Amino acid sequence: MNLDLPAEAVAFRAEVRAWLAANVPAEPLPSVDTPAGDAAHRAWEHRLADAGLAVVSWPERYGGRAVPPLHALLFDEEYHAAHAPARIGQNGLFLLAPTLLAHGTPEQRDRILPPMARADQVWAQAWSEPEAGSDLAAIRSRAQRAEGGWLLSGQKTWSSRAVVADRAFGLFRSDPGAGRHRGLTYLMFDLRAPGVTVRPIRQLDGDPGFAEIFLDDVFVPDADVIGEPGDGWRVAMSTAGHERGLSLRAPGRFMAAAQRLIELWPEHEEQALRDRVVDAWIGAQAYRMRAFAALDSPAEASFTKLFWSELDVSLHETALDLLGPHAETDAAWTDGYLFALAGPIYAGTNEIQRGILAQRVLGLPR
Amino acid sequence: MKLVPSPEQTDFAAALHDLLSAAAVPDAAASWAAGDHAPIRQIWSRLAEAGVTALAVPARCGGLDATPADLVIAAEELGRHAFPGPVAECLAAVPTLLAALSETDLNDTTGRRSATPGRWLSDLAAGRVLATLAAPPWLPYAADADAADLVLLADRDEVGVARPGAAHASMDHTRRLFEVSPAGPRTPCPAIGRALDLGALVCAAQLLGAGRALLEAAVSHARARVQFGRPIGSFQAIQQQLADVAVGLEFARPLLHAAAVTMAARDVSAAKVACSDAACRAARVALQVHGAIGYTQEHDLGRRLTKVRALSLAWGTPADHRARVMAELTKGAAWN
Repeated sequence: MNLDLPAEAVAFRAEVRAWLAANVPAEPLPSVDTPAGDAAHRAWEHRLADAGLAVVSWPERYGGRAVPPLHALLFDEEYHAAHAPARIGQNGLFLLAPTLLAHGTPEQRDRILPPMARADQVWAQAWSEPEAGSDLAAIRSRAQRAEGGWLLSGQKTWSSRAVVADRAFGLFRSDPGAGRHRGLTYLMFDLRAPGVTVRPIRQLDGDPGFAEIFLDDVFVPDADVIGEPGDGWRVAMSTAGHERGLSLRAPGRFMAAAQRLIELWPEHEEQALRDRVVDAWIGAQAYRMRAFAALDSPAEASFTKLFWSELDVSLHETALDLLGPHAETDAAWTDGYLFALAGPIYAGTNEIQRGILAQRVLGLPR
Repeated sequence: MKLVPSPEQTDFAAALHDLLSAAAVPDAAASWAAGDHAPIRQIWSRLAEAGVTALAVPARCGGLDATPADLVIAAEELGRHAFPGPVAECLAAVPTLLAALSETDLNDTTGRRSATPGRWLSDLAAGRVLATLAAPPWLPYAADADAADLVLLADRDEVGVARPGAAHASMDHTRRLFEVSPAGPRTPCPAIGRALDLGALVCAAQLLGAGRALLEAAVSHARARVQFGRPIGSFQAIQQQLADVAVGLEFARPLLHAAAVTMAARDVSAAKVACSDAACRAARVALQVHGAIGYTQEHDLGRRLTKVRALSLAWGTPADHRARVMAELTKGAAWN
């Protein structure tokens, strides 16, 4: 066992670090879920893409540099350590793109990935419905056969980034006669198409971070089906794995937060909180080391999702308690705290994850 | 960058698991607890044949000069089988101390067998002798000094032979803890810090192995035990707790392996805290899942449960190690 970085990884990290030091905006950008923030974050993504740093692990033909997974981890560490802006294209970059790379056609990849990499097209996810949350297979929104494609109808909700996004992806019931997990089709659709209504929903922090999407006979061409019609559940589960897994929540994010906690510590030295600060760092370091081990031995996605989501909450709760009465006015930590609170809920609640882990990994009966 | 065991290390672990599974460790441990050390010493000889006892011994004394990572692989298997005796002392800490002494050190005035450090090292490597250690404040007592051929006391920066005094029973019936007093001249030893870190690392690995065994036992009980007409493992209340145990163990292991690579104070302490927490949670949940049968000496669970709690406090308590992590973090960068 060793923790040595190959020379090319060290050189890559140095390049990323230097570029970020020279380019990360000194002031935080406005919230990504506001019109001003939308524009500012898209401009930031253009700069990243021009520097060849938007999607380092992707194949070169789609705008990436095809670096190995270790380099991608190092990129994320540098990105978070530099307090670089949130990735507005996150849903597309970390959920849809891995699905297209695994299940998409060459035509779909050529058409969709390059504009995604530059945030010229920003993607929203459209999984949940009013009656299909944890029980995702209860989806009712329909995809009906039409000439050359499909007509979508129904309602999606809790759609992250749908207010500012250009397009969305999700599951639709294409064969109501088939079983719950069969007869679902994975489709991409245009949020500006006729028949689409987006109603913003304000989140705890006050920003419209998600939305309801109403679909009224929205036409989608066959070219925007991912995988085979009726095979959507299987295709979607590979995306769900990415959402629960490392790609959505890079270890660098938690190491950066733990580092900030430790910097707060000497100012306060509240002994009762010392162990919580230490445990926050230990948790972040454990997550980081698990990611390094995952280069050779991937973790079950449910393990990862449970760990980072609980870690994120406890990191932020510790910070608030450490800052005491001043925490209330510290936007960086309170925004992070409200964001962290969502973690145990989205991407499959932690109760669902524990059930998956118990049954599929530990082998307990259903 | 490689933070998973090599194929050779995986094979080594599997071979030790087979050896220990075939060796009737529970019976030998019961004998050890009753004061009969012979059955465990017999298994110890077989572990020596497999190379376990020579790992931390220098090659000049018949040892293997192995890496801390190799030690961690072996110690996790010993912990998985709740192997009794001064494991971290014999495998890690005492060889590290002895290797740093000169051949004229270590006069024993206790009337026990006397030998040079080099001779002790070759006997430890061959599994012919057992050694134990007190090193306050982390190790206020010498564990199992009645079974040990060599008892050392490491106090501040000096090491010497020690005389065992009053014995105290542990909640782990296989551990007897001895007060010790110096018995002969003490020698400055620069390796005490390293020896204690290596001992804490081995202890952490034992805890992780024990935690894993506790989870396996709880899962298999939950699959077999039927109440309300169903295996209790089908109930969400059971599943959710066992899943949390699995998560704790899954994320403690990479810290243990990283600490074995760096041997930095910060990393060893983080590993000890994480392995200890994960194993203690595994023990609590395993007992709860087993119910009353787990609360008896007729069942094997208690042997692991008490060992986990005892080892969580040995080689530095969780509070000691958290304090050390904070001290290291405020000294330097949290990254790397």
